This record gives sequence, structure tokens and C-alpha cells, in this order.
Amino acid sequence: MKPSLQVTRIASILLVLCIMVSSLVLRRVDRIRTGATLEEVLYITSPKVLKRLSLGYDGLLADVYWTRAVQYFGNKHYQGAQKYSLLAPLLDIATALDPHLVVAYEFGANFLAPKPPNGAGMPDRAIQLAEFGIRNNPNAWQLDYDLGFIYYMELKDYPKAAAAFAQGSKIPGAHPWLKLLAALMAEHAGDLETARLMWTTTYQTTNDRNVRANAAVHLRALQVDEDVTKLEKLVTQFREKAGHLPASFADLQAAGMIRGTPVDPLGHTYKLMPDGRVEVRVPDDLPFIQEGTPPGYRPPRPKFLPTD
Amino acid sequence: MNARIWHIASNTFREAVRDRVLYNLIGFALLMSGAAILVGQVSIGIERLVVVNLGLTAVSLFGVVIAILVGIGLVSKEIDRRTLYTVLSRPVRRWEFIVGKFFGLAGTLVVNTFFMALGVFASLLYVSHHFQRSDGWLLVALYFIVLQFLIITALALLFSAFSTPVESAVLAFALFVVGSFAEDLRGFAAMAHGATKWLAIGAAYLVPNLSALNVISSVGHEQPVAAQLVIANTAYALLYAGMVLCGAVLIFEHRNLK
Repeated sequence: MKPSLQVTRIASILLVLCIMVSSLVLRRVDRIRTGATLEEVLYITSPKVLKRLSLGYDGLLADVYWTRAVQYFGNKHYQGAQKYSLLAPLLDIATALDPHLVVAYEFGANFLAPKPPNGAGMPDRAIQLAEFGIRNNPNAWQLDYDLGFIYYMELKDYPKAAAAFAQGSKIPGAHPWLKLLAALMAEHAGDLETARLMWTTTYQTTNDRNVRANAAVHLRALQVDEDVTKLEKLVTQFREKAGHLPASFADLQAAGMIRGTPVDPLGHTYKLMPDGRVEVRVPDDLPFIQEGTPPGYRPPRPKFLPTD
Repeated sequence: MNARIWHIASNTFREAVRDRVLYNLIGFALLMSGAAILVGQVSIGIERLVVVNLGLTAVSLFGVVIAILVGIGLVSKEIDRRTLYTVLSRPVRRWEFIVGKFFGLAGTLVVNTFFMALGVFASLLYVSHHFQRSDGWLLVALYFIVLQFLIITALALLFSAFSTPVESAVLAFALFVVGSFAEDLRGFAAMAHGATKWLAIGAAYLVPNLSALNVISSVGHEQPVAAQLVIANTAYALLYAGMVLCGAVLIFEHRNLK
């Protein structure tokens, strides 16, 4: 029997129409059920149960959970969230399913440790995760570096940071700066220079463009903090000498205190305010800066992937 | 292999191809290319790992599904179509029919795996831009997957020799699941006492140990596979498949086909 052309046409049109209309209806359903997505749901919380259910294909399931953790963190981070309740369980599941998934420890610890909105504000969970990673991957010196980094940056626990760096430096192939960092922790832990060395090490040792971009942002922020502190010190010295505040950087230049108008790491000139404070011109472009922001400044929503 | 077994095997292979079994390769190709392109955009640092894990898992699961779905019909379909009587009326022994069917389906799965492996390596090249020495371990993982297919094919054929396709599918799939838990079963046996202990030990050794044949995760992390494991797994899979095949031959020899 020959197929009917009329039926074929009508069925084809109906098929396309149904696809289009059902998609539109689904979009409507999504709008009605805002926040009712899978994002906040973890149906099975036990890594052991999931490992059993994977029927031995646990590597793929770990990749799925790690991707889910990245997506969860990315969305929350973009929204400027203060709570990341599912992040730690997702990371626990991903690493329990595949204990050799080093990338999950490296990034996961750095997602967990920083205070919101830059991270989940869970340095203790970050340390647990990094230590679990070190136990399962004793040759991955990057995990010892990450552990030391969390102790240094988030907890300011310099002896423990020194111990982590020293431990990592003993692993064959470890970056030679780990030894230096361990020594620095003992003497100059709170210095700006130590912080700069930490981020420089991160910048130079990572292969990931996101980590490198993040390190570059922090290095720029440290540079701004240092510049602003120095410039404000020069302004104070000028006032002590001249008896009044400088009207512009030209006054400092004329006094031989600086050469030319100072610029921030992005090439914008710093602003000298009438009260003697120094501000950056575009604070939104310089995340993580502690100095040089206008009074009452609130940073914008963080970008998940800063540009290098 | 004698000529009669060879003919039955090649006919089984041709029939599988005619039944569009190899069409699964299209689905596999779409899956691999999609994963290779998309994962880099939605995750961090696991592009290569996902290609390996997803690729090898898909090779394994696609193959197991084919082994079960095709394997369960190998005998029953021939009885339903009455072609079995024509075959057996020629000088073909029943055991030759079973062994030929086994090699035919195993050959189909090997060809299928070969093309899927090409897909996995092409995706790997796409995400990594080059091959590295450790990628060679993927071949070992693929070899273990083929060994797994031999066991599943033999089991599907065994069930096909005495039960309906639906029952065979349920039994074969159940054994595949239980086989994935074989190590747990042995752990349970070690903790049990008395008669339970011996029953559990018996069950643990009777079901196929498929977990030892799964090294996908470790090769994903570029970890080598011990040569001893390759030899032991080969011996185990061949012996187990041989054992199941003997069971299938015994049942089929005594089955009343009238």
C-alpha cells in the first residue's frame, strides 16, 4: 500500500506543532515552579549506596557528581549566595565514588573554604576534603599546597600551613617554592610579600585557565592594596611637610615623592580624594581589593570565570 | 574450529547485522561527540576523564544489552521459526549449533567494540589533541570488556537453551547485576557462619565475577593494569564462559525439541 501524502503532511505538521507547543508549555511550567529544580535536591546522600548502585561504573558517576558540584557552585556563586548547603555533600559523593579525582579536591577545597559570596565559608570541610584527597593520592603535592593555602588564607593558622607546605615539598616532583613557602610561614606569615608569593605559585603551577585567572585577579588586588597604602603614606608625609593635603598627584610629583601619575594594574590612574584618601577609578574591575574603594562600596556579583 | 561451527557463527553474525544490531554505533557516535564537545563547557578539569569513563562505560553497557537481547533469542527464535529443525536435520550436532551461535554473537560484539573503540580514541584525540603512552591501558580495559561480553553471551545462551526470551532476559540481567556485586558477596560469605557461610561461598563462586573485569576508573586515571591481572582475568573469563557453554550444551542436548 502506498503511503498517503495527505496523512504524511498532516502528521508532519502536527508533529512539529506538538514539539513547539510542548516546549512553550514546559517553559511556562518552569516559570511557575521557580526554585523547584533539581539544584537543591540530593535524592541519595550516601556515597556507599551510590557506589553500589553504579554497578562498578563509579568513575562515570563520579564525573556526573563533580559536574553537578561545579554547576551548583557556579550558579550559587553567580547569584551571590550566602549558603551552599549541597556543595559539601556533592563533593563528598564525587570523591567517594572516585577517590583519585584530584581535580575535585583541588577545586572543591577552594570552593568550600572562602567566605561567602566567594565560597561556601566552610574551611573545616575544605580541610577534611583536602586531607581525604591526600590520603588517597599521596603523590599529588598540589593537594598539600591547597591544604596549606586554606590554613594560610582562610584560617591564618600559619604553623599548620607551614606543616602542609613542608609535607608537600617532600613529594618527588613538587614545586621548589613549597619549601620556601614552608619557611616563610614560620617567619613572615602575615606579610603582603608572602601572600604575593602564594598567588604567584598558584599562577605558575596550575594548568587550568580559571585558576590562573583567579590568581591573576588576586595578584592585581594585592598590587592595588600595596599601591594605595604606599600612596596614602606619601600623602600623609606631604601634609606633615607642607601643612596641607596635596590637591592632586601633581603636587606629590612636584615634591619629588613620585614619578608621574600612578596607575593601577589595569592601567587606570588612581584618584586622589579631597580628604587625602586614594581610590581606584573602577573598583568593580578589581575584585578582592581591601584598599582604594569608595566609602560604603559594595562589590558587584562575582564573576564565576574572571578573565585573565 | 570445524567448518559447521564456522558456518553457524558466520550466519549468526550476518543475521545480527541484518537485524541492525550495529545501528547502536550511531547512538554511540552521537553520545561520544556530544560528550567531547559539551563536557568542557559544563565541568572543570575532567574533559579527558569523561571521554574515557563515558566511552568505556557506554561500550560496556551497549555490549551487555546487545549480548542479552540478541543472546536470549539465539535458540528460541530458531525454534519459533522452525529453522532449527532444518539445521539439525543436516549433519550438525546440537553442541556445534550452540558453540557456533556463541562465536557468532561474540564476533558481532567484538566488531561492535572495535568500532566503538575507534570512536573513544577519536574523541580522546579531539579533547587532548594528542595521544599519550598511558592511553594504551584503554586497550586493556576494552579487552576486559570483551571478556565480560563472552561471559554474558554464554549466560544469555544458557538461559535461551531452556526458557522463554523474557525469562532469559530477566535471568541474564539479574546475573549481570549480581556479578557486579560478586566481591560484596564474597565479603558477606567471609562474615557469615555455619551453613550460611558455605551457601554464600558457593553462590559467590557460582555467579560471574564481573567487578574484576572493570578497570575503567583506574585506566581513566592513567594507572597501569598488572600483567598478572590480565592473565588471570583472561583465564577466568574463558573458563567461566566455557563452563556456562558446557551447561548450555548439556541442557540443549537433552531438550525435547518435538
